[in-house]
Amino acid sequence: MAINKENNGYIFGFTIVLIAVVGTILASLSMGLKDRQAMNNVVKKKIDILAAIQIESNRSDAESLYPEYITSDLVINNKGEIVEGDAFSIDVRKQHRDKTLTEDMKMYPLYLAEKEGTQLYIIPVVGKGLWGPIWGYIALDSDMRTIYGVSFDHQGETPGLGAEIKQSFFTNRYVGETVANDNLDYNPIVVVKDGSGAAPLKVDGITGGTITSKGVEEMVNRTMQIYMNYFKTLK
Amino acid sequence: MSEVAGKIKAPKEPLFSKKNRKLVTEPLSDNNPITIQVLGICSALAITVQVEQAVVMSASVLFVLGAGNVIISLLRNLIPSRIRIIVQLVVVASLVIIVNEVLKAFLPDVSEKLSVFVGLIITNCIIMGRFEAFAMANKPWPSFMDAMGNSFGYAWILIVVAFFRELFGSGTLYGMPIFGDYIEGNGLYSFGYVNNNMMILPPMALIVVGIIIWVQRSRNKSLIEEH
Repeated sequence: MAINKENNGYIFGFTIVLIAVVGTILASLSMGLKDRQAMNNVVKKKIDILAAIQIESNRSDAESLYPEYITSDLVINNKGEIVEGDAFSIDVRKQHRDKTLTEDMKMYPLYLAEKEGTQLYIIPVVGKGLWGPIWGYIALDSDMRTIYGVSFDHQGETPGLGAEIKQSFFTNRYVGETVANDNLDYNPIVVVKDGSGAAPLKVDGITGGTITSKGVEEMVNRTMQIYMNYFKTLK
Repeated sequence: MSEVAGKIKAPKEPLFSKKNRKLVTEPLSDNNPITIQVLGICSALAITVQVEQAVVMSASVLFVLGAGNVIISLLRNLIPSRIRIIVQLVVVASLVIIVNEVLKAFLPDVSEKLSVFVGLIITNCIIMGRFEAFAMANKPWPSFMDAMGNSFGYAWILIVVAFFRELFGSGTLYGMPIFGDYIEGNGLYSFGYVNNNMMILPPMALIVVGIIIWVQRSRNKSLIEEH
């Protein structure tokens, strides 16, 4: 081959061809698989919501269990007023990322569930971990101030450290905390390091996962506060 | 180097010749990517808290390095040397994204486990190191063998480190309790044994890797560098 590989023209040509090939492969792959991935995400969301009310489900039975427990959903704004909208299709993670939205433009979905005759309220929360977004669902008991169950998840927290927030040993520490007084004034839950998590409104953090634990604390408190405004109107 | 080899018409080498076998066996011990070349240390620290994570990471590196080495080797005579590093990066990054997208669509549960590692695979210096040092100058088949050797060399270190860290840090192996239930305090824990939290933190990974390096070099003195 008599092509001079160090020639600028060749380098440009090579780069353009490489970009075109790689770009085409990735773009067509992404488009071709989009529907399947979206479907998987919907199922995953249902699994997470069910996990908050302590119903274990997997990818095959989540679709059928979901309507069995989740009776209805609604959307509120940051003042606690009900607004129009389809709760399930609201992407709270995207909304959290979007810096152009002002606080009163954000929509907050609330899922109502019924389990063994008890009315439960499921609140989606979203926040920031160490490496990326973290999110979860918090289920409140019928008194609207006792935590019934929690599920957390994350995008890319450190395995074995921050990533442990999704494990039941951590989420169970939230269960049973009473987050508001009789008038439904919110009391924040603090994540602590000193092992005093057994006390009310305190939860033990994860060793080596301080920033993620603090992210959980922030997202839970920020979001629950907003929902309390709505719960007060129900009283 | 490849040009010189091309001019001398060498007799066709058998697929598993001694030279090719050596490409696989050397990185397992005397030329291990982690303990001898000291590459890929950052991922070895990050994901050796649990054996399962180490296995998933090793499998991902095996695939990406195997496919990447062959692709780079096929393109080796076309890649302009001035932009070769960028080309290598593009190959690694695209491979990782392809794997992740396909898994997301067909095996969403595996993909959830893997998503954490995507960034770590791309920045793994072993992969770039093998592309640069081997695949750029060798034919596809030896490059593939070299990739296998290095991936397994990487994998066994990862799994050994994760074995000790999970066993002594969390008292489990592959998520299975070994010493009894820590929270309930039965089994070995009822005798006052406690998990060593230090094992979970990254410094212990360095120390465990250090011990492996020590053992390896005291068994094979030729590995000790004299400076």
